[in-house]
Amino acid sequence: MIINGVTIDATFAEAFPMKATRAIITAHNEQWALIAAQAMTGFATSVIACGCEAGIERTLSPEQTPDGRPGVAVLIFAMGGKGLAKQLETRAGQCVLTSPTSALFAGIYSDIKIPLGKNLRYFGDGFQIAKVIGGKRYWRIPVMDGEFLAEATTGQVDAVGGGNFLVLAESQPQALAACEAAITAMRKIPNVIMPFPGGVVRSGSKVGSKYKSLNASTNDAFCPTLKGMTATDLSPEIESVMEIVIDGLSKEDIDQAMRVGIQAVCGLGAAAGIKRVSAGNYGGKLGPFHFHLQEIMA
Amino acid sequence: MSALTFTLKIRPAQRVDMSPLVCQQLQGKDPSDIAAIELQSGNRKLRADELFAISGSDAQHIIIKNSFDKLDFIGKELNGGSITVEGDAGAYLAMGMAAGAITVSGNAGLYAGCEMKKGYLEIAGNTGDFLGGTLPGNKMGMKGGLILVKGNAGERAGDCLRRGTILIEGNAGDYCGSRMIAGTIAVMGQTGRYVGYAMRRGTLLLWHTPPLSASFNDCGTHTLAFLPMLFKAFAPLHSKFADSSAVFNRARRYAGDMAEMGRGEILVKQP
Repeated sequence: MIINGVTIDATFAEAFPMKATRAIITAHNEQWALIAAQAMTGFATSVIACGCEAGIERTLSPEQTPDGRPGVAVLIFAMGGKGLAKQLETRAGQCVLTSPTSALFAGIYSDIKIPLGKNLRYFGDGFQIAKVIGGKRYWRIPVMDGEFLAEATTGQVDAVGGGNFLVLAESQPQALAACEAAITAMRKIPNVIMPFPGGVVRSGSKVGSKYKSLNASTNDAFCPTLKGMTATDLSPEIESVMEIVIDGLSKEDIDQAMRVGIQAVCGLGAAAGIKRVSAGNYGGKLGPFHFHLQEIMA
Repeated sequence: MSALTFTLKIRPAQRVDMSPLVCQQLQGKDPSDIAAIELQSGNRKLRADELFAISGSDAQHIIIKNSFDKLDFIGKELNGGSITVEGDAGAYLAMGMAAGAITVSGNAGLYAGCEMKKGYLEIAGNTGDFLGGTLPGNKMGMKGGLILVKGNAGERAGDCLRRGTILIEGNAGDYCGSRMIAGTIAVMGQTGRYVGYAMRRGTLLLWHTPPLSASFNDCGTHTLAFLPMLFKAFAPLHSKFADSSAVFNRARRYAGDMAEMGRGEILVKQP
């Protein structure tokens, strides 16, 4: 399959089941809501070493938030419910509770509930106040700038993590420009995040390493400087490869995000130095979710 | 299917226990069985059809017409469905209600909504003492749900309130929120003496500064984020509380009752 001169490989991205939640952070203005959200979703690029994958899903207008202030929706993904709850609590406690004027609300509801403000309330040292409003429990925790308002719990849902595609270009600036275009388009899709810095990964990995202590190492088949010394997957004109990783609340959400992302990449086309779009997988043996690029773009 | 309607034919001299006439107890019963239900009145038992003209068949929607202030225990332990009272209601209206909705077009007597667990109670007129309170000897009053009083409330509204919300558009008598354990009481009108007497936790939201006891400490004026959310929850009500002009987020906070646990608060609307 070739779109605007860009070859779409007959391959697939392989993804895994994860557990996810959404939290809504509000603040005095959008700037401070974003600061809290950025802090909360920092150091959350990969579950391998961060414990979770997190990102800003979208900004919310005052009409879209529970307390009528500007807000930000964040999504957090982890391999299991326990890990998710721990990460959520730690990050909410250190990054949102501490952030001036912030308030924290559930962004998703399900039968499985995980603590949001439920345990943060103990920071109130006995001065905290519970309020049940409209059937939902909130905690008012006295803090130095006034009160930190936090909903007691948020929902935990099944999700999918690890959707991805690779952009192969003739130069590093061209690969970056294509990825930036893709991320701009993908950020408009709800229920997904691209957890890596700016949404783009330059250090895609393969499973295993020559070093026993490492589970993953550089994806040498896609490293342009190794073309002459490894079983490369790159043709001579490829000089730079970048990857976009997507976590979503469902397979369909990731399908859609990949579609608009690849469309944006192909929109620049071969004329902008974009030669191929490929994807990372483990031979289909590890992850139950397969995203076939040509099916998505058909 | 039309609402099951009880139209009062005579006004007995003695008070009447209306507790058998709740939705869950009438569901599936034949009209003849409903007519034969005995209601305690003083030291006598009266058949339902002696007191009421009965029509309709939908037991999930009960209407009591020509009601007056001696019909006690209307909607006692109601567990779903609705009861509409046209006229006044006696004492113990909606006592222990677990679910459903009760509306009264007139006034209600003592202990309206006492020990209510859930559901919605609306009183268009005034109500007596111990609104949403606890029965003598018991430790907890209302434990959930919402009470809306469009008129005035008597003394000790929300006595031992454990959870839930009481909204009073008019005035409240003395000892409003006495012995409150938690929950929320909002009063748009004036309040009497000893507001929040011995309250442990909970919120009293007032539109006018009350005569405060010495055991309430001034914590200053604050902008509180939860107040707009609270008002948002009232928006579906047919009430002054649902009016956008009623919404405020700036309040003076008094903590108390320091003679008790002292974790409660009286919030007074500030301009």
